[in-house]
Amino acid sequence: MEIILSAAIGVLTASGVYLLLRPRTYQVIIGLSLLSYAVNLFIFGMGRLRVNAPPVLEPGGVGDLSRFTDPVPQALVLTAIVIGFAMTALFLVVLLASRGFTGTDHVDGREQRHD
Amino acid sequence: MTNWMHHLLILPILIPLMVGAAMIPIDERNRMMKGVMGFVSTLALFVLSMVLMRIASVDGAAAGSGVYQLGNWPAPFGIVLVLDRLSALMLCLTSGLALAAQAYSIARWHTAGHHFHSLFQLLIAGLNGSFLTGDLFNLFVFFEMMLAASYGLLLHGSGPLRVKAGLHYVAINLAASSLFLIGVSLIYGATGTLNMADLSMKLATLSPDDRQMVEVGAGVLGVAFLVKAGMWPLSFWLPTAYSAATPPVAAVFAILTKVGIYVILRLSLLVFGASAGASAGFGQPILLAGGLLTIAFGAIGVLASQAMGRLAAYSVLVSSGTLLAAIGLGHPGMIAGALFYLVSSTLTIAAFFLLIELVERGRDAGADVLAVTMEAYGDADEDEEEEVVGAAIPGTMAILGLCFCLCALLLSGLPPLSGFVAKFAILGGLFGLSGTEAARAISTADWTYVTLLIISGLAAMIAMNRVGIRTFWASIENTVPRVVVIEITPVIVLLATCIFLSVQAGPAMRYMQATADSLFDPTSYTERVLMAPRAGG
Repeated sequence: MEIILSAAIGVLTASGVYLLLRPRTYQVIIGLSLLSYAVNLFIFGMGRLRVNAPPVLEPGGVGDLSRFTDPVPQALVLTAIVIGFAMTALFLVVLLASRGFTGTDHVDGREQRHD
Repeated sequence: MTNWMHHLLILPILIPLMVGAAMIPIDERNRMMKGVMGFVSTLALFVLSMVLMRIASVDGAAAGSGVYQLGNWPAPFGIVLVLDRLSALMLCLTSGLALAAQAYSIARWHTAGHHFHSLFQLLIAGLNGSFLTGDLFNLFVFFEMMLAASYGLLLHGSGPLRVKAGLHYVAINLAASSLFLIGVSLIYGATGTLNMADLSMKLATLSPDDRQMVEVGAGVLGVAFLVKAGMWPLSFWLPTAYSAATPPVAAVFAILTKVGIYVILRLSLLVFGASAGASAGFGQPILLAGGLLTIAFGAIGVLASQAMGRLAAYSVLVSSGTLLAAIGLGHPGMIAGALFYLVSSTLTIAAFFLLIELVERGRDAGADVLAVTMEAYGDADEDEEEEVVGAAIPGTMAILGLCFCLCALLLSGLPPLSGFVAKFAILGGLFGLSGTEAARAISTADWTYVTLLIISGLAAMIAMNRVGIRTFWASIENTVPRVVVIEITPVIVLLATCIFLSVQAGPAMRYMQATADSLFDPTSYTERVLMAPRAGG
């Protein structure tokens, strides 16, 4: 499971960074989204990977700590997802405004010349 | 501390948050009402931050003083707000600056778009939260709040130029936020804590493997803050974004770079201070090198700028570089001077951003024909259409010129104003003139810093001279800008604060020295936070 998760984070980050460096605004926004997915998985992974371990105490007893997974990273991920989602939406608006003003989806607001 | 005074600590976040939210449903036609609401709120914050500054500087190191436990959970488990001299100073600076920018915006800039005053209040809430919080992830949340409001404010006034600058600004800050999260989670993964005080305690006891992971995390985290602070080479977005923003926004953005500086100063001295064992002084060589390069880059940029807006934006970089390199050198004697410089340069740059638009307004008026042509190509600045409201001031050019001269003196750090005092205090601390520490050899890095600091002052002076001559003496258009009282007053007040700081440099420096001393004594901070008793318990 460690390998699958780390590979997933790696692939998402690599694709995200690649797209972030592309000249089209749509590519940039997809790149940022992929990057934020990778980061969310990464935060989750920082709580150590456990299966079949609940993050909350069951009612009626403290129990053995080794039976529980760390709840903090899960709370952090939740916050990060919400913030990341809002920021992506905001970026989308700026992207549309830029498209409307310049008539192109190039990040610099004008096409590069290739002559 | 009595019970109600304990709750003062959360007010700098609550007041702007609630006022900002309350303004959203009010119709945009009642803009003046919103402006007054915002102004009153910021004024309250200013008074409050003065009170907090007094509390922070009077109280001893009693456990729990100046610590506010959110949800009444003790420190490593719950999130805490921590007030110390540094955060009180930053709160005061923020609200003072915001007050000036807000008064300025009421004359006309708040009409250039929607929800200006709400966004402004939310920005202040985010800033205050970042300065007060004692928890890394909570810092992220306040940071994002501040950034989200700043995106809106940068785009305020719209127009192709601002949207383009805004697009780059949003993209780079979103990428930096990802780095922030990676850094925070790495630190959490290695230490199991997000509380800054707890982190500082735990670092010395970590195994070498975990310590390395914390250092990686801190490095990644540092990059996120350095993007914000504008360290070269992470600063290419800054001049364009800052010069594209509307003047009141640019003025308040002057403190946004200082948030990055604040966090770096706080974390490097608290977490990677002398008590950190093998990690002590982590990242300082990078801060030093980056700071020096930033000063050089900023100084070159200042010299190369044609437009005044860019000149001011590059001055922001010079100021950031000076502070980063001072943190990187890390001599205890310098930090007090650096803090004084932080206050003085932030006020100066903000005043300069506000002044620029007033000065350039006269020049734009003469270029009406050009503006019409430009509009056809979609390049015109649409805000120029807005009417200026209020009474015009007499002797406009004389007053503007005088303010410009003061800005030039302050930016280049010439006597007798606070720019000079600040640089003198930094250099005095560097050479050990304060006498608080033992004499030590002056290294090459120190000399480089001294040289660059002086050259950057010279560059600022040359650039300001050139721009000043072109604007005030050799101007071919003989139009006098129409400037209203409410616009020039904030500039004068900001500059007067700088003059006040130069006159009262003694008491101010004593406060800064006490701040620096407390920063170099992280145990008093950690004890205060971790030993804080629960309320009502």
